[in-house]
Amino acid sequence: MGSLSDSTAIVGLAESEYARSLGASELELSCRVVRDALADAGVDPREVDALASFTMEGPADFELARAVGMGELNFFSQVAHGGGAACGAVAQVAMAISCGMAQVGVVWRSRKRGAKSSRVWAQVNDRISDQWKYSRPVGLLRPVDEVALMARRYMHEYGLKREQLAEVALAQREHANLNPRAAMYEKPLDLATYLDARWISEPLCLYDNCLESDGAVAVVIVSAERARDCRTRPVFIHSASQGMGEQYQVMTNFHCDDPLAGCSGATARNLWRQADAVPADVKVAQLYDAFSPLVLLSLETYGLCPVGEAGGFVEGGTLGPGGSLPVNTSGGSLSEAYVHGMNLLNEGVRQMRGSSTSQVEDADLCLVTSAHVVPSSALLLRN
Amino acid sequence: MIDERPLPVTDDPADAPMWEAALRGELVVQACVDCGRLRFPPRPMCPDCQSLDTGWQKLSGRGKLWSYCVAHPPLLPAFEKDAPYNVAVIQLDEAPTLRIFGRVVRGGAASGSGEAREPVDPSLLVIGARLQVVFEKVADDVALPLFLLEDDVA
Ligand SMILES: [Zn+2]
Repeated sequence: MGSLSDSTAIVGLAESEYARSLGASELELSCRVVRDALADAGVDPREVDALASFTMEGPADFELARAVGMGELNFFSQVAHGGGAACGAVAQVAMAISCGMAQVGVVWRSRKRGAKSSRVWAQVNDRISDQWKYSRPVGLLRPVDEVALMARRYMHEYGLKREQLAEVALAQREHANLNPRAAMYEKPLDLATYLDARWISEPLCLYDNCLESDGAVAVVIVSAERARDCRTRPVFIHSASQGMGEQYQVMTNFHCDDPLAGCSGATARNLWRQADAVPADVKVAQLYDAFSPLVLLSLETYGLCPVGEAGGFVEGGTLGPGGSLPVNTSGGSLSEAYVHGMNLLNEGVRQMRGSSTSQVEDADLCLVTSAHVVPSSALLLRN
Repeated sequence: MIDERPLPVTDDPADAPMWEAALRGELVVQACVDCGRLRFPPRPMCPDCQSLDTGWQKLSGRGKLWSYCVAHPPLLPAFEKDAPYNVAVIQLDEAPTLRIFGRVVRGGAASGSGEAREPVDPSLLVIGARLQVVFEKVADDVALPLFLLEDDVA
């Protein structure tokens, strides 16, 4: 086991409402969720001395700190690569607390992306200088196109059918229909509707894509010792990992030996190396799901089912409420909200508190992952 | 949102020889002068022997279809008019990790530059299909790869 193991805990969480368009600014949303997460934990804002977020986060750490009324800060970091960052930001704050560099940490993310014009792919320059210069000019524009290439290859190698891939979206929609916070609450989805949906990038249809949401999320992290004084049941960070694959390239990762392995392979090996649990101990998981194929790839690379067998594994409602491995039990990015995976983190904490709207009975370990297709991160949470 | 198709910067010394070759209708990649390892995308150092001595090698442009997608709206305006269109990954014969991107189009007068080309019938997009790269000039300094099915090469 690593020395980080169970030495820190998540003791507070909060989220804004999730909607296509919220009136408040990203900074105001950030302030609200950080205030609420601290209140959830029973921690005074002046006690916060560590902050972490995404490099893609809009509001600066100092703006948040002075608005919320934090005291002196002694640790502040940002994790790169968008959807790969959530668990990594938590891991970095946990490390800072575990080694004594800080004592009370907050990780937050606010994101207003409901509007079409705010999509990252729509903001490309007329001349491209980074690694996307080799793919975007020929029409490989959006993340969904890049993931569609992986999905098609996976279908070719392992015989995955659309009906099997649909299990991801259908299971998550079922979870969302139990969760009043979810944008897709009270909006059931069936297989026929999935199969008839318009294509976005073949072989992926509308329902294989995450929502575009406005929203914000925050969590509070303290030492295991300090957690005893907090208002909530502590959720311990049992293992934490970041990972980047060999010869990896962001999103257009088609130049290494095994493009389908993404960054989860490197993240997973390092996560399990530090844990005293094994994949078979996982009874509930929150797997990053900007696009549904990423859930199947993550199931395999984190060892929850054998490589190449995810399609058969998910058949028959495995991932849904009451299934043998419920996944993304709030509805996830496909059906709750897309907040770069931070809502998956909150749902993992809720499962460990016993307060999920799709609670898995007796769950004592939850795997939370960040994106398979970018330099990534993951946590094992324990209660 | 831009109206025109986004294009690559072509005057960066790190990869300018690739874009110059593309204008001549040739596919080149970096080759380590010391150990011969081919590499794409370009980078300053050889990951096998850490040499900084880099040359450029012309490839056959032949390979096989590794995967493809068919893009539908919403897209940038310059692409929306062509939708739905395919974009493929071709695995080049010279090394399995050398994979490049482009559309698979119908053959015919396969000279390669300038003319608008029709996408192939999607039923012909079979993973493993043999492909040949050609280049389409889209700006004074930019030619982009397209792929022809090998049976289609004139
Ligand atoms: Zn070399």
